[in-house]
Amino acid sequence: MEEFLQQVINGLSLGAIYALIALGYTMIYGVLRFINFAHGDVFMVGAYIGFFIYPLLSESLETGYLTAFAVLLAAMLGCGLLGVTIEFLAYRPLRNRPKLTVLITAIGVSLFLEYTGQIDFVFGADYKTYPTLVERSAVLSGSGLSLGSDQVIVFVVAIGLMLLLRVIVMKTKIGIAMRALSMNLSAASLMGINTNRVISFTFFIGSALAGAGATLYAISYPKINPLMGVLPGLKAFVAAVLGGIGNIPGAVFGSFFIGTAETMTAGYISPTFRDAIVFGILILILIFKPSGLLGKGGVEKV
Amino acid sequence: MLQVEHLHVNYGAISAIKGISFTVPERSIVTLIGANGAGKTTTLRTISGLVKAESGKILFKGKDITSTPPHQIVSLGISQSPEGRMIFPELTVLENLKMGAYRRKDTKGIQEDMEYCFTVFPRLKERIKQAGGTLSGGEQQMLAIARALMSKPSLLLLDEPSLGIAPLLVKLIFEKIVEINRDLGTTMLLVEQNAAMALNIAHHAYVLETGEITLEGNARDLAQNEEVQKAYLGM
Repeated sequence: MEEFLQQVINGLSLGAIYALIALGYTMIYGVLRFINFAHGDVFMVGAYIGFFIYPLLSESLETGYLTAFAVLLAAMLGCGLLGVTIEFLAYRPLRNRPKLTVLITAIGVSLFLEYTGQIDFVFGADYKTYPTLVERSAVLSGSGLSLGSDQVIVFVVAIGLMLLLRVIVMKTKIGIAMRALSMNLSAASLMGINTNRVISFTFFIGSALAGAGATLYAISYPKINPLMGVLPGLKAFVAAVLGGIGNIPGAVFGSFFIGTAETMTAGYISPTFRDAIVFGILILILIFKPSGLLGKGGVEKV
Repeated sequence: MLQVEHLHVNYGAISAIKGISFTVPERSIVTLIGANGAGKTTTLRTISGLVKAESGKILFKGKDITSTPPHQIVSLGISQSPEGRMIFPELTVLENLKMGAYRRKDTKGIQEDMEYCFTVFPRLKERIKQAGGTLSGGEQQMLAIARALMSKPSLLLLDEPSLGIAPLLVKLIFEKIVEINRDLGTTMLLVEQNAAMALNIAHHAYVLETGEITLEGNARDLAQNEEVQKAYLGM
């Protein structure tokens, strides 16, 4: 039983990180109807932002948590701006082209970030060790169950950001505009909504969440390299599809599901299968419920 | 208020609008009638900036707005109730109306205009918290018109308000259009396949056929015109 609970805790904390990445996929899909395959690499850049900015911040800021918070904000801001820039330079000029064109461009941007990152004077191809932002200590131990301070931080930050996102999307004017745009782009322009501005805002928020996810991921798995975004990016994408792409609560639900499935598989079957199970789920969902668990079908009332 | 001059619009290689010119005087109701595919919706979408004109000019209050982006056109005072209503299905009636007022910052004025919309369409007030997609077709049409009014337009473009709605509600909605025009002095450009209803409330009318204006005149006169009666009024 303890082992089971332990796997649940580990799975949910991994899932919380996937959720921060998956939200970006699903929000960007919501407004532009395409998968931003460069999203996982924006996540990777978020880890490097933390890596490079930590030495600068840790000199001027005292306590560990304050520095960690500043690193988190810097990664979010940096990734947010990177996302907006990618959209502006690579996707906006293709706005009225077929979706396939944009999709292939996204793969191009992804490869660009991965391989530019590997150049020596950029990030370098080797593994770097992410700074210890928070000392790992056991918040709960004994009775066979352990909960690390890093996991608590992952939960608190991830859930805090998700609640903040919910308020933005449901209550603020720009959030409602974002939803309006995802339902009908021309109707949104007829309301006087500057659709390009809302799209930029969506990229900013989605990418900033990936930056937060990267910081939390690097706290838990401190080896970083320019290809580190590929697998978490793909898994978060699977989570978004599982929940129903374009559906925000779906992305969160799908992520917790994928995270738990992954740790359960690693714990009870074999760690070798932890990646295979995720893509196995993708295949099953595409066969049996392509619109995702919480997604609506393709039929729209006209 | 609105002058369209020699407007040409193409969709790819297909020429949808072939050099039309018309004017909409202040405070009037002008209608463009014509069959499906005549180019009525394209004309409205071009005025709103959703479609680019190939050549020609659109002047609003004397200012050339031909290549102005859609959101700025709303700021200038033109709003549209689009064909098929295009309600945001998962937003509530209230949120739909708030989106209509997206570019406004005068909270008090927005509140007053919303009250006005509710006196014109009391049914919307009853459904204020309901998702737009759950309304009936007629209610959605009311919401589309109210939403367009929320930007406080001086020119309201109405695209097929009678489309897919029960005849009784069509009559009600047309009465409301006249009421709004009378109360607020909003200039209206109405596009309709239901020529009888449109000619009944409009002051001036244009007949659009495959991208060209073939007839124009006082709405009452056109309703008496033999060709119009045969082609559009089923007489």
